[in-house]
Amino acid sequence: MVTEENPKSEILNPKIRISKLNVWYEGKHALKDLTLEVEHKEIMGVIGPSNSGKTSLLKTLNRLNELYPGCRTEGEVKLDGKDIFKEIDKHLLRKRVGIVFALPLPLPLSIFDNVAYGPKLHGLKDKSKLKEIVEMSLRASAIWDEVKDRLSSPAFTLSGGQQQRLCIARTLAVEPEIILYDEPCSGLDPISTLKIEEAMRELKKNYTQVLVTNNVKQAARVSDRTAFFLMGEMIEMGATAQMFTSPRDKRTDDYISGRFG
Amino acid sequence: MRDTRRYERIAFNLLLLATLIIIAPVGIIVFIVLWHGLPGLSWEFLTAMPRDGMRAGGIFPAIVGTILLTIGTAVFSIPLGILAAIYLNEYAERNWLTRMVEISIINLAGIPSIVYGLFGLGLFVSFLGFGASILAGSLTLAIMTLPVIITATREALGSVPNAFREVSFSLGASRWQTVRGVVLPNAIPGILTGTILGLSRAAGETAPILFTVAAFYLPRLPESIFDQAMALPYHIYVLSTQVPNVSLKVQYSTVLVLVALVFVMNLTAAYIRSKFRKRKTW
Repeated sequence: MVTEENPKSEILNPKIRISKLNVWYEGKHALKDLTLEVEHKEIMGVIGPSNSGKTSLLKTLNRLNELYPGCRTEGEVKLDGKDIFKEIDKHLLRKRVGIVFALPLPLPLSIFDNVAYGPKLHGLKDKSKLKEIVEMSLRASAIWDEVKDRLSSPAFTLSGGQQQRLCIARTLAVEPEIILYDEPCSGLDPISTLKIEEAMRELKKNYTQVLVTNNVKQAARVSDRTAFFLMGEMIEMGATAQMFTSPRDKRTDDYISGRFG
Repeated sequence: MRDTRRYERIAFNLLLLATLIIIAPVGIIVFIVLWHGLPGLSWEFLTAMPRDGMRAGGIFPAIVGTILLTIGTAVFSIPLGILAAIYLNEYAERNWLTRMVEISIINLAGIPSIVYGLFGLGLFVSFLGFGASILAGSLTLAIMTLPVIITATREALGSVPNAFREVSFSLGASRWQTVRGVVLPNAIPGILTGTILGLSRAAGETAPILFTVAAFYLPRLPESIFDQAMALPYHIYVLSTQVPNVSLKVQYSTVLVLVALVFVMNLTAAYIRSKFRKRKTW
């Protein structure tokens, strides 16, 4: 739809190319015929009410979907031109495509070990290398100064906002290429939200990011392009400025201006 | 309004009474056993061989036998039980086969212990030719303990939030890495507790060892796992029904030793549980 109406938005060499993607959970059609491209190092915002398929999209992109027995997927997703279902090992895919969940979910480990967990999985044993990666990741997610003196205390002693930035650091530590966010600020106060958004803008230099959010304003603040989902369908997608000033579809307009959802 | 309050009081007292009634038998048993058993307890009683047709001397071989059987049971049942539980909980897909396995485990838990004894006699003692031996007895007790360990382990694994697994997978972990790195460390206390409780039950069982290992009177220590051994529960049975004119003191002291042994194991389990609960942070 987008390509027909607005041919200029087609990207020659996208980071992610999704074509005709369908996802079912226990027979429920969660994502319908989605075709979407995500550019290198952009922030793609995804907005829409609950049950619109946003999370299904994220969990397809790193194949976490496969953990749910009732899930079925059809269609094609290509990462740098390679089919993620056929040409990429799912463990490697998940290393390349990191995810930050809605609720801060630190593992019951120390702050340091939470971040080091991923690199250790992938075989890094060298202590000084590990320290380096942990520090880099914590710096990148803008939490280093707050935790550098208590790296060995349990992650649960951090506040909610700090925990969420710790989770971002944990995702960064496996050196992904793409970061997916699943409503990352839904449980956080405005200041923590602001800090996370700043971190995202900073991360743009090196990462492609897909931000699913319930907070329409957050998408407006952070994302380069925004897609609007409703009941498993992508209704509209375009440059964020255009989406928020002159949406083409009435439903998009209604949702953005808060008339439903 | 007044009625509500009266019913509330009746309900409270009824529930309290029911709870106290549960304590009573434990208290009475412990009291009687201590009262009659303590006087007969001595260093000699714990460390000497029985004499005079078990009417005098000590119960050393029975204590050693029970400890050896408990260790044997642990060796066979813990790895098997925990690995099976991990498979069922973390790996297996829900299908008719896993349901069959689950039903089997539930039924295994419901089988009367004497049936285990006969099964052990048939399989280990006769068919596999281990004879009445510590090996056969341990294996029989292990099979009896398996459902307890499997069930406890599965519960412990199930109590680890799924979100932790998802986080681990999302970082590219394999299933085994997830089990080892996130699931097991948080399930270990529950697994230990359940396992010890299962073993303490096995330590006190009589029927499964009746035909598979227990010696009526064997005033020496076993030399290999193919030897018979005395064991406390069976020894108590023998003292109270098969040997005439055994003083009450000897019988009660033997009971006291067995009860104490089982109590210590259960207390260890309770201690581990409470210690880890304090460390649990979610």
